[in-house]
Amino acid sequence: MNHALIMPVLLPMIAGSLLLFAARLSLAQQRLLSVLSTLGLLLVSVWLVRLADGGQLHSYALGNWQAPFGIVLLLDRLSALMLLVTAVLALFAVLYAVRGDDTRGSSFHALFQFQLMGINGAFLTGDLFNLFVFFEILLIASYALLLHGGGGERVRAGIHYVVLNLLGSSLFLIAVGMMYGIAGTLNMADLAVKVAAASPDDAALMGAAGLLLLVVFGLKAAFLPMYFWLPRAYAAASAPVAALFAIMTKIGLYSIMRVYILIYGEQAGSIANLAADWLWPLALLTIVCGVLGALAAVTLQGLLAYLVVVSVGTLLAGIALGTPEALSAALFYLVHSTWITGALFLIVDLISRQRGEKAGRLIQGPALLQPLRLSVLFFIGAIAIAGLPPFSGFLGKLLLLRAVEPGVQALLLWPVLLLGGLLTLVALSRAGSTVLWRTGRDVLGSAEGDSGRTAAAAGLLLMVVLLLPFAAPLLSYMDATAAQLFDLGPYMQLVSAGEPS
Amino acid sequence: MEALFAVTLGILTASGVYLLLRARTFPVVMGLILLSYAVNLFLFAMGRLQTGMPAVIGRSAEYADPLPQALVLTAIVIGFAMTAFVLVLSLRGLGELNTDHVDGKEPKA
Repeated sequence: MNHALIMPVLLPMIAGSLLLFAARLSLAQQRLLSVLSTLGLLLVSVWLVRLADGGQLHSYALGNWQAPFGIVLLLDRLSALMLLVTAVLALFAVLYAVRGDDTRGSSFHALFQFQLMGINGAFLTGDLFNLFVFFEILLIASYALLLHGGGGERVRAGIHYVVLNLLGSSLFLIAVGMMYGIAGTLNMADLAVKVAAASPDDAALMGAAGLLLLVVFGLKAAFLPMYFWLPRAYAAASAPVAALFAIMTKIGLYSIMRVYILIYGEQAGSIANLAADWLWPLALLTIVCGVLGALAAVTLQGLLAYLVVVSVGTLLAGIALGTPEALSAALFYLVHSTWITGALFLIVDLISRQRGEKAGRLIQGPALLQPLRLSVLFFIGAIAIAGLPPFSGFLGKLLLLRAVEPGVQALLLWPVLLLGGLLTLVALSRAGSTVLWRTGRDVLGSAEGDSGRTAAAAGLLLMVVLLLPFAAPLLSYMDATAAQLFDLGPYMQLVSAGEPS
Repeated sequence: MEALFAVTLGILTASGVYLLLRARTFPVVMGLILLSYAVNLFLFAMGRLQTGMPAVIGRSAEYADPLPQALVLTAIVIGFAMTAFVLVLSLRGLGELNTDHVDGKEPKA
């Protein structure tokens, strides 16, 4: 057993607990601890990616109880990749937050660390019930982070977000209960074996439980019928929190990949590929709705929140296609879209801070304190998120378009994705020109230009830009990830062997 | 026993969903609570309904499945914390927004 697997959960948990109990620590010490813990997380994630890239599955039996009786953590290429994406995003978000956003309310850093613990746990767990538990950990931290700093708009968005997610938790438990009642196990690999061997009657019930789970994951991932909570919540959150939330929708998508490829995948008999029929149309409609929302947005933050919805739709389309090529392209796009949305939330906050009362609203405002610097950042970010060359969003979309077989699917995906990209660009140019060009003459006295914040935002943007020069090794990793996901044999052997490696 | 249990669950769930669809925070919270009761009972029943069977191996010839009981305990703890949070949040909403409507503003009459 490799104890490194539990580190991404333990590290933020210990740091978070310390931050919670050691209230006497000065603010500088709290910030240092939080940044160090996030930095440590990044190092552990890099190491885990290298470990996972060996091609083997690593499992960690908590308390040394063997699967399927105990609870396991499971590390494969996909979970290692997600950990790394989270750690990079979190590092820049926390670096941005230490420049002052963490003092707007209490316990920012403790909450931030617990949020990371929940996210990492959700990516690592190999057990459905523990997925629920980690979801709850990340959710309760996210509730508090969303409301951090207070204010009417945050409370208003928070009530919707919390109530919807509590309902989602109830549905999750019903689905988990049904699965346990039928299969007698909640270990994902074991469930895959049991579903494959289920009798037709049981298979129907398992299918119902699976679709119920799809509703829950859909709520987390925010695709079409369940995305209405997202724009308001993301637009209301403070900038570092909104940046960190860029990974939240991806947790839902990750769970969809995990559950519907492993448990309800090819081998599942009469309920094989359960979700595919639903995901495909929902993905395309999500892109359409997201783009329309972006065009209609009245604030910069609202515009970005709808672009999150667009990226969810794009990723979902890649997952729904169900081929290794499409999945590999979707994973590349996932890394890109997570970082670029995070970076843009930070950049837009920089801009809002120099516009006084008008903040992020898309109306003519005062001249910016640092027009050139912010325009360049916004311009690069906008081009990258709209999917234009020379940045990684273009490559991700291109790969996705090429992964579609010629036919009806291509006929639908190509226009939706390309027109969506064009309209995204329209929305972004309208927003950018309003905020950056059509300004008044005078700079606002209250405008603040903080080079620390700018550096954090630019750093995350740089990570996105770097995705392109490093695209070749990244893509070979993504290809290997997709191949590993679709090769179900090793996962199933994890349980039958019974021996944690 | 199964029928009675199922009817209880059904009534709890239906009441919970009805209350959840109200537009004021207090009924919504009550609805969430009823729903979580129903879910906890449902989870518990997934170990099958039996009487007089301890959840410990060796005490009697047959034993109940202990895992759903552990799951229910976890779910109760989490549900309790979440309910406390949503209660505080709705009180905060009442204070900040001066309304208990779930949208944070009174609908236009």
